[in-house]
Amino acid sequence: MTPATRGNLSARALRVRERIVRMSVGGGCFIGASLSCADLIVFLYASVLRVAPGTELAADRDYLFLSKGHDVPALYSTLVDFGFFDEARLAHHLIPGIEFHSGSLGHLPAVAVGVALDIQISGGTNRVFVIVGDGELNEGSVWEAALVAAARKLDNLVLIVDRNEFQANLRTEDLVPLEPIEAKFAAFGWATLRIDGHDFDDMARGFARLPLESGKPTVIIANTVRGKGLASLERRADRWFVALTDDEAAAMINELHGGAEATVMSQTRIVR
Amino acid sequence: MTYEERLIQIAERNADVVVMTAENRAAIRNLPGKLGSRFIDVGIAEQTLVGAAAGLALRGRVPIVHALATFLTMRAFEFIRTDVGIAQLPVKLVGAIAGFLSEANGPTHQAVEDLALMRGIPGMNVCCPADEPEMLDALTTMASDRAPWYMRYNARQSAFEHRAPFVPGIAEIVTEGADVALLTYGCLTRECYEATGRLADAGIGVRLVNMRTLKPIDEAAILKSARETTLVVTVEDHFAIGGLATIVAEVAAANEVAIRLHSIALPGRWFTPSLFADVLECEGFSPEHLARRIAAAFARHDSRGHVHA
Repeated sequence: MTPATRGNLSARALRVRERIVRMSVGGGCFIGASLSCADLIVFLYASVLRVAPGTELAADRDYLFLSKGHDVPALYSTLVDFGFFDEARLAHHLIPGIEFHSGSLGHLPAVAVGVALDIQISGGTNRVFVIVGDGELNEGSVWEAALVAAARKLDNLVLIVDRNEFQANLRTEDLVPLEPIEAKFAAFGWATLRIDGHDFDDMARGFARLPLESGKPTVIIANTVRGKGLASLERRADRWFVALTDDEAAAMINELHGGAEATVMSQTRIVR
Repeated sequence: MTYEERLIQIAERNADVVVMTAENRAAIRNLPGKLGSRFIDVGIAEQTLVGAAAGLALRGRVPIVHALATFLTMRAFEFIRTDVGIAQLPVKLVGAIAGFLSEANGPTHQAVEDLALMRGIPGMNVCCPADEPEMLDALTTMASDRAPWYMRYNARQSAFEHRAPFVPGIAEIVTEGADVALLTYGCLTRECYEATGRLADAGIGVRLVNMRTLKPIDEAAILKSARETTLVVTVEDHFAIGGLATIVAEVAAANEVAIRLHSIALPGRWFTPSLFADVLECEGFSPEHLARRIAAAFARHDSRGHVHA
């Protein structure tokens, strides 16, 4: 990867993080999870997905499903950055470039299996990406879909696990341990790869290898940091959902640009 | 023509149709060879079945989805509601051995709350054909419709000839009578038809109404029955909560129409598993039992609708 490409990706990721922080003002949002997968989503739209403004409904587009709907601020912000729609549209529903609604965990692996199946039986070449949370792997329906994807040899399907090691209020390994994730998916008939979900060069090497194996669905486990980019949020179990004041948001954006560490005073809210 | 033959005919005419199942092939055994890659069996995985059907529908397919009614509507309920319902995708759900048709299966396999669940989903159509010919007409209708549908599979032979074409939301008036309006749907239509004959012999005139679809519901047929007969009776192989009796009460209340309503349904328990005829006998749904229960309910009302103790 050239320094210019890397610089461009970093600049986009920074803008995306700024938007996520701004979206956390007022009603608040799931900022930690959004920041953990921000680099991944930016990279997917910059270098992997065959979809762009104007082709978001093309029959041969690549699909991206965000199954962990809580971090949709990262997806919204990225779509704005790539020009899918104007930021003002965020006040409304029906956002161009969003394939399907989510929020209820464990659904979109199954929906993506259906899309990938149709592409397979129609002879298409598009690929289907699904971002799931690591905590989402608690849902049995993920593993049901994983079995079916392997049975149907869906090598056009790529599951990306945002491995930020947290779910809601706890560390994943303290509640229902997930590791070794590769061994679980391999036993289900999937090809597996682990990457650094904040290192664009590592992402470029990993995604360039798709499909990892002909006839097998791929799972990419992306190691990430919840709250990535903001020291006051990083790896904090109690910073799952935050509602910021304007001043706090300004301090955080300053921190993203290399300024002093912001402090978050807002009451964190536990949603479930 | 069988269900399977009609399904092949529909798939041949519409290349977007795919047939799916969660390894429940009883009614569609010969389809894999006929449909090739358009036959998709995901194994015993109802959540993935419905989620994948939603994905296929997003790509423009019309999935006709088969599983046992209990597991389809209850194991996968949230997938139906969230993926099919919120997006209003044209997924067609066909539930096997619903209601008393589960016969000797125990409570785990008895779908007697499926209709309450499915009709609660906005935009979901709910159909309970009276017999095999009506089911084939319903299948053709829902396969060409853009909305989501749930249908109780019912291949029982007809007790009478259907004269009116199948139209969603239009009930079929099978017999005319001014004493009792007998509203029913699905596999018990035959028993209700036979009970109607017995009641006529006893001097009680019955308007037998085959509802056909519970959603959309034929409000006019319900309101006419309430106005023109002494007593409205609903008969259904479903829990008393959330089924046809509930719907009739809702329609009457919404239209501010007074109604004398007697519900014959499953009380708050699952039924005793047995062969179909024995279930009807044991639970009080044989033609003889129905005629007796309806006559007893009618005897407590006079023609002005006053109730006697």
